[in-house]
Amino acid sequence: MSGIYVVLEDRSGRIGRISWEALAAANILAAQPGTKPNTIVIGAQTEALAKEAAAKGVAKVIRIEHPLLAQYTSDGFTGALDQFIRAESPDFIVFPHSYQVRDYVPALAARLGRVLVGDVTAISDGPVFTRSLMQGRLSGNYKSAGSGPTFISVQSGAFRADADESSVGAAQIITFTPTIDAAQIRTKPSEPFRGAAQTVDLGSAQLIVAVGRGIKEADNLPLVQDLATALGAEIAASRPICDNGWLPIERQVGSSGQTVAPKLYLAVGISGAIQHLVGMKGAQCIVAINKDAEAPIFEVADYGIVGDLFEVVPALTEAVKAARQ
Amino acid sequence: MKIIVAIKQVPERDAQVRIDGSGKWIQEADIQFAMNESDAYALEEALQLKEKHGGEVVVLSAGPERAGTTIREALAKGADRAIQVEVDDLNQRDALGAAQLLAAAVKQESPDLILTGLQSDDLGYGQTGVIMAELLGLPHASLILHVEKTDTGLTVKRELEEGWFQNIDLPLPAVLMIQSGGNKLRYATLMGIKKAKTKELRKVAAADLGHANAPAAVLEKITLPQKQKSTQIIPGSAKEAAATLVEKLKFEVRVI
Repeated sequence: MSGIYVVLEDRSGRIGRISWEALAAANILAAQPGTKPNTIVIGAQTEALAKEAAAKGVAKVIRIEHPLLAQYTSDGFTGALDQFIRAESPDFIVFPHSYQVRDYVPALAARLGRVLVGDVTAISDGPVFTRSLMQGRLSGNYKSAGSGPTFISVQSGAFRADADESSVGAAQIITFTPTIDAAQIRTKPSEPFRGAAQTVDLGSAQLIVAVGRGIKEADNLPLVQDLATALGAEIAASRPICDNGWLPIERQVGSSGQTVAPKLYLAVGISGAIQHLVGMKGAQCIVAINKDAEAPIFEVADYGIVGDLFEVVPALTEAVKAARQ
Repeated sequence: MKIIVAIKQVPERDAQVRIDGSGKWIQEADIQFAMNESDAYALEEALQLKEKHGGEVVVLSAGPERAGTTIREALAKGADRAIQVEVDDLNQRDALGAAQLLAAAVKQESPDLILTGLQSDDLGYGQTGVIMAELLGLPHASLILHVEKTDTGLTVKRELEEGWFQNIDLPLPAVLMIQSGGNKLRYATLMGIKKAKTKELRKVAAADLGHANAPAAVLEKITLPQKQKSTQIIPGSAKEAAATLVEKLKFEVRVI
């Protein structure tokens, strides 16, 4: 029994919110054996990150540090963590389900003959890990099997990160220096860059009308635009609409787009796949219009209309206009 | 360039999925199946690379008999030939187990490049490409929107979170997981559909690719998702429902 480790992610020199959510999930796991989780920070200069982590009521903080870890590469991170895990034999390793984690943790787990249970939304006794299947239409319960560490990654927004803010005291900080040879790192990443200049800040919009696949073709978009205009709302979209070039990518809400928290989020013809839900679950009021009564969007909606958007949306636009007069 | 594209047949997006008697999978009898969407983008990228640089596009798919229809569709779009790993219990294998099958089938081919979609629309593990790379000892990159061949290998454009991107150089052979939206998808032409019937589709039994490892994660039970909120479904005709919703937006939500 060598405990639970949470791998925290560096976001511009600070530990990101989703990493604290992973720690919250680890605290749920740790509650059964009654231990505290440990945390891991990785990089070339991890002192500040380690200090941030040490104040969070964890058992200890491991700094996995090496000059070749200055920039994220799958080869570097996989190699370093592999060495640490072989030395330490942890029972559970918990990650935030970030794009970075998706890029290397499946390889890390495979190197150890294990598998990542990814995108976990709930943890119950067993432990049993719940994740979405079929675009959110069903849930699957997973158990770890065989011997060796269990790898899980935690979906953004599924666990509350503010649960243990009150904890005090500084945890012990230990440095682990992996052996990495420059020749082992096969990919050469360049500096991250922004796409097109963001001119729309959906994050501060109070009212959002969002459109998804249900709209069928670009020619039907004015229907939704009219509703947005009548409400005085910003228009947004799920990924397929932007992939098709029907609306600019800066209007995309979801894990690869913007995260929004408006007073009203009116989802038109959006089924509600996880990648979309993580971007809009924080809305105060969610209204969904969808012809499929079983669409996952209805699981997070406050109000729902099950019906054909081509009938409901024009009727709604008229009703909004009448109410505004 | 010899490119292998791994594609998966999944239930159609609008399919009404029901849990089967075992509680571990869905009833497959009445639903339609289609090519997994992000795999269609991987195929498109492969076809465009072949158009620019020549070579061959080989489709690889693991699945039961019915997966053949999706493989034919890929051949109709322009892939040169296909390999089907015949396996009936794919959904009970974990991400490592599925990737092991595909990696074993790829080994004999020695491709320059392996492309997969980002994530399947059914199980959604999103790991196949990354694990294949590990098993084959190849470099990889995921969430790729654009691929360019260079003198020494590839430069790829990778999507990061919150609107950020990054270019990555990597040598060949390599594995890439393709994100949707980088290209426009093509349709199969009538000529393509005709030609597809004569293209090679080699079938390999899963058992011939080495024995299956014991799973490291087991899908024990499928359930309906738990509602996170109590949703008020507004009844009535479109007009009635619209009027009721506006009342609620005005007096309860107070946004009108």
